[in-house]
Amino acid sequence: MKKLSARRRHPLAALVVLLLALACTGGLYAAFAPASKAQADETAQSLAIEEGKKLYAVGCASCHGTGGQGSSDGPSLVGVGAAAVDFQVGTGRMPAATSQGAQVPRKKVVYTQAEIDQLAAYISSLGAGPNIPTEAEYGPEGADIAKGGELFRTNCAQCHNFTGKGGALTRGKFAPTIEDVDPKHIYEAMQTGPQNMPSFPDTTLSEQNKKDIIAYLNAVNGDETESPGGLELGGLGPVSEGLFGWIFGLGGLIAVAVWVAARTAKAKKS
Amino acid sequence: MSSQDIPEENLPAEQDDHGAHGAVTVADEKNPFADPGLPPHEHRMQDIDERAAKRSERTVAFLFTLSMLATVGFIASFVTIPVDESVYIFPLGHISALNFALGMTLGVSLFAIGAAAVHWARTLMSDVEIADERHPIEASPEVKAKVMADFRDGAKESALGRRKLIRTTMFGALALFPLSGVVLLRDLGPLPEDKLRHTLWAKGKLLVNMNTNEPLRPSDVAVGSLTFAKPEGLEEHDHDFQTEIAKAALMIVRIQPENIKDKRELEWSHEGIVAYSKICTHVGCPISLYEQQTHHVLCPCHQSTFDLSDGARVIFGPAGHALPQLRIGVNDEGYLEALGDFEEPVGPAFWERG
Repeated sequence: MKKLSARRRHPLAALVVLLLALACTGGLYAAFAPASKAQADETAQSLAIEEGKKLYAVGCASCHGTGGQGSSDGPSLVGVGAAAVDFQVGTGRMPAATSQGAQVPRKKVVYTQAEIDQLAAYISSLGAGPNIPTEAEYGPEGADIAKGGELFRTNCAQCHNFTGKGGALTRGKFAPTIEDVDPKHIYEAMQTGPQNMPSFPDTTLSEQNKKDIIAYLNAVNGDETESPGGLELGGLGPVSEGLFGWIFGLGGLIAVAVWVAARTAKAKKS
Repeated sequence: MSSQDIPEENLPAEQDDHGAHGAVTVADEKNPFADPGLPPHEHRMQDIDERAAKRSERTVAFLFTLSMLATVGFIASFVTIPVDESVYIFPLGHISALNFALGMTLGVSLFAIGAAAVHWARTLMSDVEIADERHPIEASPEVKAKVMADFRDGAKESALGRRKLIRTTMFGALALFPLSGVVLLRDLGPLPEDKLRHTLWAKGKLLVNMNTNEPLRPSDVAVGSLTFAKPEGLEEHDHDFQTEIAKAALMIVRIQPENIKDKRELEWSHEGIVAYSKICTHVGCPISLYEQQTHHVLCPCHQSTFDLSDGARVIFGPAGHALPQLRIGVNDEGYLEALGDFEEPVGPAFWERG
């Protein structure tokens, strides 16, 4: 201390004090930084909502109404949440070509993920709804594949078939295949219940349950999945297998029988 | 080798003698059409050329040998290939090596036996056409008379007509014997009695979520969602779980109360939460292909369709009656509970259902 006070008249003392003061200010700034960052986030959020609103006005408003209130051509989007937007637009179902027809099929995605996020931000600003799930929620870590299989067979297999290959519903509607569907979109579909699919909210199918189901689907439909039985024939069960057996199995036998009987064994060919 | 260069000495001598053989009738007034008989027999290469016959013999022997090798291969694959080994085979993809090897060897061994038998029969076994005349199947009068005389002698010697006690007891023994078979049919029972009319649901039983094993609260069930429930107290490891859940399985959906058309359905629901049996009333398939926009439930077995917004009325398909609805309410602790059993038997109709 003595040393320090002895140098207080040093020509550089003012500079040292100044530096200390600056460091203090910096430290204080750092301490308060989160608040400012949140503010910055909020700005980014409102910017996303603004951008999303513009995209919405161009691409969605004709059916869903200028304020997302819905019309005769499309349902209200108030309260559907960001997850619903990410699913519908991220799988190309929206924008739909027409509001007629049995159901809106999956097709080429027309928006970039950034644009989808902006649309989602705008829609979730209209009313609270499920958020877009994070990797931690739908990722494979900590998932129980066997439990997922059980849950899938209880809740999903009636429409989507035992390994998620899809199936028919009434009047031209169908449950689509879940092969090659992004785990995030599977999660969002369970959460929001797109089109005629019922929803499975976290209150009845917990987040862990959903994670298990996704892990099961990856196990039975992933790139590494083995098929010990050989040709899957679409994985649709006894119908396609029976049809294959009748046409190719029995057909082959008949063809061989006809071939044998059509050739004469006689020396003189007539 | 064509038919031109068949050596003369190999031709069987009888070929030209018979020509058309087997002709039995000639044209006369009664039968204006003569029976032409069988066409002249034609020989196979193997009948006239020993080299061709040898070739056929070798082919048949080869097929039988192939079958033997394939059978040995089947046993060898069964012994050596591990169950979980997987191989990539185009166009089948990743497939179990054992399944593939067993199927191929078994198929080849059986097919080779069949192919060898067919080739053997067609090329080497005799193919001479034979006419086998029909004869009346009636016995001659002498044989008939002999049989009748023997029967009369037998009846007389056994004294059945005279010793009435033996006859009567014999008839009794023979008539009673089949009863043991009839009595055994009792083991097909016992009769179900009223088991088909009741499920585990009863007044005050909580609706337990099949996924989480927790009792459900009304706030858990969102509009448009689909939930499956079992009665409180029924656990998956219970010995009678399958028997009981097969009757008690419950499907819970929530419909905006103003969209419910059926008055009783609305009364039996709780704020639009309705609980229906998950068992199809046609042949009892589990049925839960629920379309949340139309409120239709489709049965995957025979396409029976029920309208859950209108008392689960049948709107399509072979089902005979609406899905039974479970009357539900909320208990003091705020959980969904049943207010009794189903009013009618769940699942398919049966004779005594009424």
